[in-house]
Amino acid sequence: MGRYIFKRGLISVPLLLVVSFLTFILNSLSPMDPAEVVLHAQGVPRITDELLEETRLALGLDRPLLVRYWNWFLSCLRLDFGDSYVTGKPVWSLLGPAFLNTLKLTMVSVVAIIILSIALGVLCALREGKLLDKSIRGISFVLTAMPSYLLASLLVLYFSVKLDLLPTNGMDTIGSYILPVTVITISYAGIYFRIVRSSMLSSLNEDYVLYGRACGLPERKITRRILRNSLQVAVSVFCMAIPIILGSTVVVENIFAWPGLGTLSVNSILSRDFPIIQAYVLILAASFVIVNTFSDMVNAWVNPKLREDG
Amino acid sequence: MNLLEVRNLRVWDGRGGSVLVSDSSFQLKKGSCLAIIGESGSGKSLTCRAIMRLNGRGLLQSGEIRFKGVDLNELDEREMRSRRGKQLYMILQNGMRAFDPSSVIGVHLRETLARHYRWNKNETTEKLRQAMQSVRLQDPIGILNKYPHQLSGGMLQRVMIALALLLEPDVILADEPTTALDTVSKFEVVEQFIQLRERTGCSMIFVSHELGVVRKLADEVMVMRAGSVIESGTAAAIFSNARHDYTRYLTSSQRKLNDRFQELMGGAGIADR
Ligand SMILES: Nc1ncnc2c1ncn2[C@@H]1O[C@H](COP(=O)(O)OP(=O)(O)OP(=O)(O)O)[C@@H](O)[C@H]1O
Ligand SMILES: [Mg+2]
Repeated sequence: MGRYIFKRGLISVPLLLVVSFLTFILNSLSPMDPAEVVLHAQGVPRITDELLEETRLALGLDRPLLVRYWNWFLSCLRLDFGDSYVTGKPVWSLLGPAFLNTLKLTMVSVVAIIILSIALGVLCALREGKLLDKSIRGISFVLTAMPSYLLASLLVLYFSVKLDLLPTNGMDTIGSYILPVTVITISYAGIYFRIVRSSMLSSLNEDYVLYGRACGLPERKITRRILRNSLQVAVSVFCMAIPIILGSTVVVENIFAWPGLGTLSVNSILSRDFPIIQAYVLILAASFVIVNTFSDMVNAWVNPKLREDG
Repeated sequence: MNLLEVRNLRVWDGRGGSVLVSDSSFQLKKGSCLAIIGESGSGKSLTCRAIMRLNGRGLLQSGEIRFKGVDLNELDEREMRSRRGKQLYMILQNGMRAFDPSSVIGVHLRETLARHYRWNKNETTEKLRQAMQSVRLQDPIGILNKYPHQLSGGMLQRVMIALALLLEPDVILADEPTTALDTVSKFEVVEQFIQLRERTGCSMIFVSHELGVVRKLADEVMVMRAGSVIESGTAAAIFSNARHDYTRYLTSSQRKLNDRFQELMGGAGIADR
């Protein structure tokens, strides 16, 4: 297992290099001059050519792109992502807390999604084709198709404005989690519960189910086996939900003013704060790699066949 | 005396409505072995599973399945379940898939025995050890702690036979138990089926493509085609003077293929491998 993790770590280095290099290139293609961004942000009243030139020198923008990229990458390895163009603060001091906030929102949502999709998936699989199955699938289809900003607005209107039960923004209390988590859960549970359901259904036709029944085993024992085997399939899918949601909380965070990565990245893109955008992409890519490795480990742990080959 | 009498069994797809097994009738005498032969898709597996009432959801069945004087088709699910394993037992083609891939073999065996007997843990282990040894499985305790994918197809077949030795069912339905095996394992498994019948005196329905195996085991043969029984009789009669062209076609086209296997079956010494 240790060797496996080491191998995964080695493979992920070139991956992170490629991803970060692409973002670097894309950012440098932007028509905005970084020096201008910095001067604007500092509120310099009159931007002269000399001033621009000076700032470029200070930012090291006169050096070739590849050199800049390499220097940036090396300092990233030391967790130094440079300073924000706009606020002048170190990128990490902004990104770190935002990342944590988003991580909190994501983890709570993922737990809710896992619980809901397993419960609904199992229920629907056991009642396949019956009214319950059909109506759950119908409702979830509509909810999943609904854009999250619409869903969020409806929830805010009803629970916060009309009933005045829940806060509309920030993350001060436990209650602040309820609406954002609900929106994220509703948008994703529909997809994941379908995966649980179909993997349950395909397990139902497996030979071990037939043989177990032919041996007279009680249905409860059989269901347990089906669950165990079909959840193995779902484990890796659930793990990958973490980075996917981590990277897609933008809408929800903006609506609920959640001080997380989504809010920060949108603001940075609008104000062309390149160092933050760069670091944001790198962190997302890294968390994909980490979670992927983690999910493979969990899979190997629950699946004896994989455990051996690994 | 007939232990099992099937009359006008019909299996159809509840959604599409297509009839998959139509009006098939046959009997299984006490202590005898009835082989079902027929081309792929002729309804052999459906017939076996219909007897155990284990065809997947969506498949419906009608007709009479009289077993020990009771019509199985009339029983409720609970009564039916109490007959599975102890009275009617099934052996499947692919051992690798017949056992739960995420637990060791011993779990299934112990759970099954716990369902039918009040043996304590040590008793169960001892019985399993004896049964597995008698089907020539070396290191039974080691095998109990192995996952299905760590054992060969032939070993898993013998594990299923060992369980039958302990359950002593009245009827064993074996659905192509030797098809997926190589020639040597096939020989060993057929040998164990013969001994299983001798030891438990059970009746058997044996589905097979392989007429060499059928000759060796079956007292009676029933030929299925496209969901119907087209011919049945004693093994000798079916093999020497079949009335139906299709049966003659089946028995002759397979004769060549089976010569090699027959040679092996006649040969001695391999059983002690
Ligand atoms: N659950 C099901 N729903 C619908 N049709 C089915 C189902 N199971 C089997 N069938 C169909 O019923 C027919 C008979 O199937 P069955 O499995 O009994 O054949 P078989 O004689 O055992 O063949 P083989 O030798 O390949 O095992 C096939 O045409 C198959 O497609
Ligand atoms: Mg079959």
